[in-house]
Amino acid sequence: MKPVSAWGRLSRDLHDVQVLTDRTHVAPVLAAHQPGLAFGNGRSYGDVCLNPNGNLWHTTGLNKLIAFDEATGRLVCEAGVLLRDIQRLFVPRGWMLPVTPGTQLITVGGAIANDVHGKNHHAVGSFGDHVLRLTLARTSGEVLQLDWTSAPDMMSATVGGMGLTGVVVTAELLLRRVSSPWLRTETLPYQGLSEFFELADASEHDWEHTVSWIDCLAGQTARGIFMRANHMTAQEAATMPSLKAALAAQQRKMQSKPLSMPFVPPISLVNGLSLKPFNMAYYQLQKMKRGFDVAHYEPFSYPLDNLQDWNRMYGPRGFYQYQSVVPREVGQPAVQAMLDAIAASGEGSFLAVLKTFGNREAKGMLSFPQPGVTLALDFPNRGERTLKLLDRLDVIVREAKGRLYMAKDARMSRDLFEAGYPRLSEFTAHRDAGISSAMSRRLMEF
Amino acid sequence: MQHIVIIGATSAMAEHCARLWVQAAPVHLTLVGRDEARTRRVADDLRVRSPQSDVHVMTSDFVDAAAIQHTVNTIVAQAPVDVVLIAHGVLSDQTTCQDDVLACDAALQVNGVSPVLFAEAFAKPMVAANHGTIAIIGSVAGDRGRKTNYVYGAAKGLVSRYAQGMQHRLAHTNVKVVLIKPGPTDTPMTSDLKAKGQKMASVEQVAQDIVKGIAAGKPVVYTPGIWQIIMLVVMHLPRFVFNKLNI
Repeated sequence: MKPVSAWGRLSRDLHDVQVLTDRTHVAPVLAAHQPGLAFGNGRSYGDVCLNPNGNLWHTTGLNKLIAFDEATGRLVCEAGVLLRDIQRLFVPRGWMLPVTPGTQLITVGGAIANDVHGKNHHAVGSFGDHVLRLTLARTSGEVLQLDWTSAPDMMSATVGGMGLTGVVVTAELLLRRVSSPWLRTETLPYQGLSEFFELADASEHDWEHTVSWIDCLAGQTARGIFMRANHMTAQEAATMPSLKAALAAQQRKMQSKPLSMPFVPPISLVNGLSLKPFNMAYYQLQKMKRGFDVAHYEPFSYPLDNLQDWNRMYGPRGFYQYQSVVPREVGQPAVQAMLDAIAASGEGSFLAVLKTFGNREAKGMLSFPQPGVTLALDFPNRGERTLKLLDRLDVIVREAKGRLYMAKDARMSRDLFEAGYPRLSEFTAHRDAGISSAMSRRLMEF
Repeated sequence: MQHIVIIGATSAMAEHCARLWVQAAPVHLTLVGRDEARTRRVADDLRVRSPQSDVHVMTSDFVDAAAIQHTVNTIVAQAPVDVVLIAHGVLSDQTTCQDDVLACDAALQVNGVSPVLFAEAFAKPMVAANHGTIAIIGSVAGDRGRKTNYVYGAAKGLVSRYAQGMQHRLAHTNVKVVLIKPGPTDTPMTSDLKAKGQKMASVEQVAQDIVKGIAAGKPVVYTPGIWQIIMLVVMHLPRFVFNKLNI
């Protein structure tokens, strides 16, 4: 038995770990050690990847690439491959994953199970939109070959299905062409939510990546930084001679060991004293960067990947992430109500991210992205006080007919879950009876 | 293109070394494994990573001396070898080996005798060509016998002593012998230790150290480097202290 935590470090329960290493021998391991749950790189925050006192099937040993077609961009690989490894291998060859979240240190299987999204959701959808085929091992010992034509329901259940339909063993993904690793970025400070929505709408057609950071302590006059970016072609990059040296510097950085948070501080470094000055400093620093710039995709897309174990900053009690999406019609008042509730509570969030999703339905029955606006927050765990605030935010999300992101959740109620995910009963029929997680027991029958 | 041969190519350490090699430049790789299907899967992965590399797969018996000689002859006949990495091994269970002499024999054969036979068989053509590097994966477990794994440790100790002797013999040639001593590393071979929660080095880090050590022709590579200091202490602990330790 081994203690395992999710990224939020809220618990550290013992798990019976089985390491999967051979893609032809996954189903027998599941059959022999069930009930259990697949565990990738442990980057989900709450309890979606945990199965306390039960079996946990580690998938990072399934890290082989299987085939790549240079003509079409189809990549077949095992489910434990990290997105970072795909990006670093294929970007120099002119291909890239169409969708990655704010960290590339997650497995392909985890990206599918949580149907992750990125800053370009409005342009390309979520991860599941680019999955062509899956091999799924079940605890019955069966191995299913799935694609959208022959098994659309099972595909829809598995994409965003939190690993509850089986263990993804291999996946075929469609990469997209990029001719350079560079992004042309623009940084725009904004005041108030109306300005945010104006910027988001104005950027939707011409900018592939959009995201914003918002100072959730500023209350009514919410100030923030809006960032948008487009991929640069090799020709564009060639017109900027300074990029050659910049690329060499970036490559050296990618080879070297990232900085690390070497220990868990006795109290959270993110606290009432540090938040205000931090948010102010961050705002002012970003404001100075206003205007156009060029950025390598790694620091732009995955800023925190360069600080290993950053989750330790929140101290021994860990932290809660809270990411909601609410429909656009009620987006502005709902987000304002959440910001007000946070400001009134005195709890603050370090990394508050506000982004509009595109007007498209995700493919998964339990996928998180839906048309609207999403707000991601994190709060140091201060026990009851924090939970009470999150309950108040739940009321706002519920009223707005929104939902919470399961990859980040550790505490939502069944009621909110069922209200937010209307395709739940359809999903349940596709579950593997030998798979169960702390989250599934909290929110579903088993 | 460099011709690199990997014996035990399905081992996670060897596989990650191969990934680093193909990533740095296209190479001619000969992967030797016991299980053809598993070795092929490693080869497919490397071909996706480096379409320009030339990756071959061979199977061989690893304990039969005649088979080892035959395998080496076949490889050398195809193309002169620049680097051979001898990486196979099985982390044998100490208690099983104590209870069952046959298991003990098998563990000593595959972890000790087999690697040195491969090294010796490759040395002959390399010395004739006066070129090449023989890298053998030993273990920190070979530095001092301990109750929890002295069968594995003794086999790795044999590898250490053999490599030392070859280094002495080849000191004035262009053939280099590199002995690699990894500490506990997070690989499928150690998944039981991982399941028990033991802290281990990442296989990527260890592979980087191995590839660098081979390129530099270092006689002994401890990886991660801290193990050189740890083992220095362990080797010099007086017996009355050592015997009290449960290691």
